[in-house]
Amino acid sequence: MKLPIFLDNHSTTPMDPRVLEAMLPYFVEKFGNAASRNHAFGWAAEEAVEQARKQIAKLIKADSKEIVFTSGATESDNLALKGVLEMYKEKGTHIITSSTEHRAVLDTAKSLEAKGLATVTYLPVDKHGMVHPQDVQSAITDKTILISIMLANNEIGTINPVQEIGKIAKAKGVLFHCDATQGVGKIPVDVQAMGIDLMSFSAHKLYGPKGVGALYVRKRNPRVRIAAQMDGGGHERGMRSGTLPVPLIAGFGKACEICEQEMTVEAARLTKMRDHLQTDIMAALEESYLNGHPTNRLPGNLNISFAYVEGESLLMGMKDIALSSGSACTSATLEPSYVLRALGVGTELAHSSIRFGLGRFNSDEEIDYTIKKVIEVVTKLREMSPLYEMAKEGVDLKSVQWAAH
Amino acid sequence: MAYSDKVVDHFNNPRNMGSFKKDEEGVGTGMVGAPECGDVMKLQIKVQNDTIVDAKFKTFGCGSAIASSSLATEWLKGKTINEAQKIKNTDIVQELNLPPVKIHCSVLAEDAIKAALADYQKKTDEQPADTK
Repeated sequence: MKLPIFLDNHSTTPMDPRVLEAMLPYFVEKFGNAASRNHAFGWAAEEAVEQARKQIAKLIKADSKEIVFTSGATESDNLALKGVLEMYKEKGTHIITSSTEHRAVLDTAKSLEAKGLATVTYLPVDKHGMVHPQDVQSAITDKTILISIMLANNEIGTINPVQEIGKIAKAKGVLFHCDATQGVGKIPVDVQAMGIDLMSFSAHKLYGPKGVGALYVRKRNPRVRIAAQMDGGGHERGMRSGTLPVPLIAGFGKACEICEQEMTVEAARLTKMRDHLQTDIMAALEESYLNGHPTNRLPGNLNISFAYVEGESLLMGMKDIALSSGSACTSATLEPSYVLRALGVGTELAHSSIRFGLGRFNSDEEIDYTIKKVIEVVTKLREMSPLYEMAKEGVDLKSVQWAAH
Repeated sequence: MAYSDKVVDHFNNPRNMGSFKKDEEGVGTGMVGAPECGDVMKLQIKVQNDTIVDAKFKTFGCGSAIASSSLATEWLKGKTINEAQKIKNTDIVQELNLPPVKIHCSVLAEDAIKAALADYQKKTDEQPADTK
């Protein structure tokens, strides 16, 4: 077993060597511009792009013409929200989203609001982090043009009832955008069955290269139109200008093909490993709390709060394991995770949260090592924690007058 | 963010971690911070003849908060009450090479020292004159 161990597969994933192999010919040998229609160099590049488009479309049950390449999911989210608003603003300017969306959606929505271009409803989530379809239904007005709800959450892994939301959107004639960055390649995605009109996802979350993503844009029933947010050569059916990064796209395609073939087996393996990690840690450590949905969540996701210890110090104690925390100390904003706060998790427990993200290349041995290490470090830090000491003495921490600073 | 070697050392080998009994003679206890803010420090001193003969800490917080309080206990030992009053958060920042986002950890440590000294003072003042 090699250290450090990578258990942060929600942030990014290592590229599958098979993906790299698929990319290599398109750097030096087949370097053409896919938009060059008049020579063999261009044709070779175009062929690679079209093959990738098919591989990607197959994974999400779409038509290859419905795939618009972008630089990643952040751009896809921006393009979806801004592009739809600009195209349909005569019809209305109301957008519905949820409070636990990724910042790429939330900050885009906030920026549209701040500019006075849109009004936005941020739906609450339940204690498991799930959006309720009836909340979506009741938030729709005659000015609503777009619903943007994520498939699976990046912190807690909770999977939203997307299919039901899609049905509501369709019945009301409102477009439905889904940020499926964490879900595509991990759980089955079917844009037809789920009633999705636009969908963002990214290659580097599914063992592909960084720097490429896609926006699925529905072509029929209804035909969705978006206003381009970047002017230029009119690539991607006029929706996203810019020379296509052919090697990245070839890799994205191969990564999707592998996911499509191996997802079922991989998800079962990851679920088993994740459950082992969860059961052993939580059995050994009192007052450890699962964040997110107990069952309906991503196979590789585990988010636990360990009462009385602070997240960053936990990460520091386990520096040979790459993990992430909802603690304020690990974020740029110095605020604890807004996702955990939206679930109703107390601030102190949000500071104490650790996210484990299991992926394709993790082994049982690594999980066993992690279990041992987590138990050891949490125990050590609790010994060091005045809060743990007070709790053991029977002091109700909620009754203490703390001096917030 | 990378931690300085000194922060890592204090985190891995905390000095004087533990507790004195609060009601023990000569013990002053300072507890500062709040769980919602992500850090709480408990710092205790044991005083004999106006000199701090021992110090202990327990901290809930990030590595820098743990290191700041661990360092504070090291510095407190052997100092008189007056000398201890003069420990500044900037000294801790300098010693541990704390980055700007972690300066509040050193402020908290200074506050904890001040609170422990004040608690000791208060306990001494409350004692009947003949046992002073």
